[in-house]
Amino acid sequence: MAIIPATWDMYDLIQGFLQAPAYHLIFEALLMVLIAKLFFSKSYKPEKIRLSEKEKEVLVKEWKPEPLAPDVPDDHPALQAMEKYCVDGAVGKTVNINGKDCINMATLDFLGFIGNKEIEEEAIKALNKYGVGSCGPRGFYGTMDVHLDLEDRLAQFMQTEEAILYSYGFVTIASAIPAYSKRGDILFADEGIGFAAQKGCVASRSTVKWFRHNDMEHLEELLKEQEVEDKKNPKKAKVTRKFFVIEGIYANYGDICPLPAIMELKRKYKVRIFLEESMSFGVLGATGRGVTEHFGVSIDDVEMVVASLENSMASIGGFCCGTKFIIDHQRLSGMGYCFSASQPPMVAVAASKAMELMQNNPVMLVKLRENCERVHKAIKDIEGVEVRGSPLSPVIHLQLSEPAADRDLDMKTLLMVQDKAISQGVAITPARYLDNEEHLLPQPSIRLSVSSQLSEEEIDKSMDIIKAVFRSVLSGNTAGHGGGGDSAEAHS
Amino acid sequence: MATGRGETRTSTVENTKMSNGQPRNYTNGHKNGHTNGYKNGTNGKTNGKSEKGGRWQDDFEEYFEETPYHIAILTYLGYALMVFIGHVRDFLRYYGIEQDKSCTESNQEDYVPLYQNWESFYTRNVYRRIRDCWNIPIASCAGSHIDVQERVTHDHGWNFEMTGKTLKVMNFGSYNYLGFAENKELCGRDVQRVTEKYGVGTCASRQELGYLDIHRELDSLVADFLGTEAAITVPMGFATNSMNMPALVSKGCLILSDELNHASLILGSRLTGALIRVYKHNDMKDLEHKLRDAVCEGQPRTHRPWKKILIVVEGVYSMEGSLARLPEIVSLKKKYKAYLYLDEAHSVGAMGPHGRGVVDHFGLDPHDVDIMMGTFTKSFGACGGYIAGSKRLIRHLRANSHSAIYSCSMSPPVTQQIISTMSCIMGRTNPQEGRRRIQQLKWNTRYFRKGLHERGFIIYGNKDSPVVPLLIYMPSKIALFSRECLKRGLGTVVAGFPATPIIEARARFCLSASHNKEMLDKALDIVEEVGELLQIKYSRQPVPRWTSEALEPSPE
Repeated sequence: MAIIPATWDMYDLIQGFLQAPAYHLIFEALLMVLIAKLFFSKSYKPEKIRLSEKEKEVLVKEWKPEPLAPDVPDDHPALQAMEKYCVDGAVGKTVNINGKDCINMATLDFLGFIGNKEIEEEAIKALNKYGVGSCGPRGFYGTMDVHLDLEDRLAQFMQTEEAILYSYGFVTIASAIPAYSKRGDILFADEGIGFAAQKGCVASRSTVKWFRHNDMEHLEELLKEQEVEDKKNPKKAKVTRKFFVIEGIYANYGDICPLPAIMELKRKYKVRIFLEESMSFGVLGATGRGVTEHFGVSIDDVEMVVASLENSMASIGGFCCGTKFIIDHQRLSGMGYCFSASQPPMVAVAASKAMELMQNNPVMLVKLRENCERVHKAIKDIEGVEVRGSPLSPVIHLQLSEPAADRDLDMKTLLMVQDKAISQGVAITPARYLDNEEHLLPQPSIRLSVSSQLSEEEIDKSMDIIKAVFRSVLSGNTAGHGGGGDSAEAHS
Repeated sequence: MATGRGETRTSTVENTKMSNGQPRNYTNGHKNGHTNGYKNGTNGKTNGKSEKGGRWQDDFEEYFEETPYHIAILTYLGYALMVFIGHVRDFLRYYGIEQDKSCTESNQEDYVPLYQNWESFYTRNVYRRIRDCWNIPIASCAGSHIDVQERVTHDHGWNFEMTGKTLKVMNFGSYNYLGFAENKELCGRDVQRVTEKYGVGTCASRQELGYLDIHRELDSLVADFLGTEAAITVPMGFATNSMNMPALVSKGCLILSDELNHASLILGSRLTGALIRVYKHNDMKDLEHKLRDAVCEGQPRTHRPWKKILIVVEGVYSMEGSLARLPEIVSLKKKYKAYLYLDEAHSVGAMGPHGRGVVDHFGLDPHDVDIMMGTFTKSFGACGGYIAGSKRLIRHLRANSHSAIYSCSMSPPVTQQIISTMSCIMGRTNPQEGRRRIQQLKWNTRYFRKGLHERGFIIYGNKDSPVVPLLIYMPSKIALFSRECLKRGLGTVVAGFPATPIIEARARFCLSASHNKEMLDKALDIVEEVGELLQIKYSRQPVPRWTSEALEPSPE
């Protein structure tokens, strides 16, 4: 019968079972239990705290947000100064502050294009043809012929293949950096770069390595460190783009970047350069092309030059220039270019005309240089004041040589200087910063700005006034007034 | 079909009813569930059941008809084909069989490539072929008609050449909502006077002697116009968001952002350092859920309570034509003590009986919105933006916003343009003119939307939104649509991936008070003709009910 072998098997099994040693049986039983436990037990899940709706209501009721904005007092010094020195009329060579005409040594109109009748005429012509606003981004009927003309003119002037226009200076560099540098890339940035470039670095989410202001040794140190790092991980190094972020003339210090030294490092370590020239475009170089022309460096070796049209060109907006390969990329990935309305045509025309005037009349650049040197020479010897900036720079910072421990105190002193200078007919301003937002907060300073329009007499006169004001304020301070507000009050 | 938009299907019942009532274009193959595309709107009844705010919902109708299945599949296939061909051509280029016309970087051999190859794949192989539909240069003011400069390309979009000819077309592409782009009669003289007095630039920031008396005048006028305590103005609209948001929230704060917010809001949010959570477009349930969770659970990991919660919304969404559901957002914001940032770039001037934006449209109190932001680029025919709110907020921004300190103040002629147009809208100068333009725009909007609905196109958005997206879906058709319309004298804007979700490429019309009935009729005829040619009358929904109500005669 077929059953017999099976029963034999069964018989063997039972026999085996009976003969097996006890420890074996116990072991097997334990294994069975373990399997059963694994089978039936739930996987581990941390107990989530579930709040009941009632508890949630209570939490919602309890929560107290911070106020939206901190309470800034009405007499905040920056606000007070702003309201007190609200300007009536053009901020040109002279400014009218509270009915008094002052020589303007505050605003960044280096070539004196504000109040230029030729520019105004062109702007008004454009106003009559195009209206004011462009009513759309460049992609959607916001490209007017005047924008293309200005881009061509800029590219031609800078001797690059292409230029791209932005409608606002701040946004230019802040959009340009993140268009190329992404997460994982490395930006080697000078600690003295302006706020807009700093924001560009933040927006790019790249790793930022700061080198001490204009300190090439420190920069090379960082590059060497990076080189070692790269050797350890060549796979990553192969996709890590590297950029320098530097300025031509540093707005915060008034000094010029050592471009030739940077070019050497660039070639050696294969790093691309983003050069911000807002203060040096229309200032440095025989024709005003900026720091590359000043040092005789070929602009082809600088990947991208970025500058604002809001200083020497006395308009609104900014531009980047470089090869087509580089610049064209921004037309689709420059945030401030794609997603913003284009520059008002009349503003573009004004910038275009200003460029033309500068190109046809390079003497104004020579004049500007002379004026800068004259101011530097005149301002040197004020006791208690340190002058920062290159003699070629139209931006000059006057700092206190013995800064107080308290920044606000120094600022108060400088505001007193401003008050007195304005009352005597010279408009100056302390440089303003957001104290908590800057990467490296520069010392408080009066930021003088030089225009090519100023005559020698005007410069001498205003320098005398500034010197006298500084002396009187500083001596008042050391004489025991302790930077108090009394003298300022007495004045106003 | 996952369209990513808020799927609040509150109106199923009503839609079914309507579908049965007017079975135009209705194919039996599709069940009601699929054709139910009216996600947010037409739900006056269903939502009206709740006592509060029943009134605004009666008039709140938005349309988001779902993408028909076969169209979605065809669109995906279209993209797949283009990507395939792109790869083939890249292959040919790589082996030198086809000439590579894209730029390359010269003498930079040892550098890490500036762009990854795949980054530019889409640009090189897809966008380039239809590049002529964007960045079209014009040689005139962006008014009701524009002079488009003709361009030709001999190499399929790599390079363009101007022929020197211009083409006069109707402008349905610029954001010229109230028609102030053409400013000769109304404010041209004032702007000219200001240019002569102040020049074009200022060369200084507000805090560094760049603050002019007309800036002061503009600030207070904006506050008056919007009915807020104070306001501050910034020379660029994009920068208004990206430079001021960091002054409002910081690390330890939460930003709840609508998924369709504009790039400037996204950039601004990122620069704040706060945590950003995105909620579904206009989906109030999702917003409430996220708000509630945020308040109850606090910050991730540390579980400390949030410092502040900021809800960021737009008034009119420029790609969808939808309106923020502001009354609900305001009540949520109050309930959860969050702050509300409202970007009225496309709505200020264009919405509301007084032109004060969506707040005015819904009849809300401007004080309920903590931060009112808007731009002057669109309705005011100028440039720049504003932030309005409480005195305390504005004082803080004046002292601490990036734009007040680090960048140039507003160009004087632009400032004057805004002052003149705003005074006009407020009725201070040219009484009736501002009101007339607002009414004309509203009429134009309804008339044009009605026309498109009746012709069977799928259009998105609120019935009162002057931004009218018309869905085309297929990437090749958007190019053809743009070219054919332009040829017939109608300038429109088209947008495809990545500006829209991949299967929702569209054309967009921006209406203006400078359009008149005759122009609208002509434009509708052109769209009809091109629509027939392209077979893009995809709508399976009945024409919305409101279109059957008679429109009052045009207020021209």
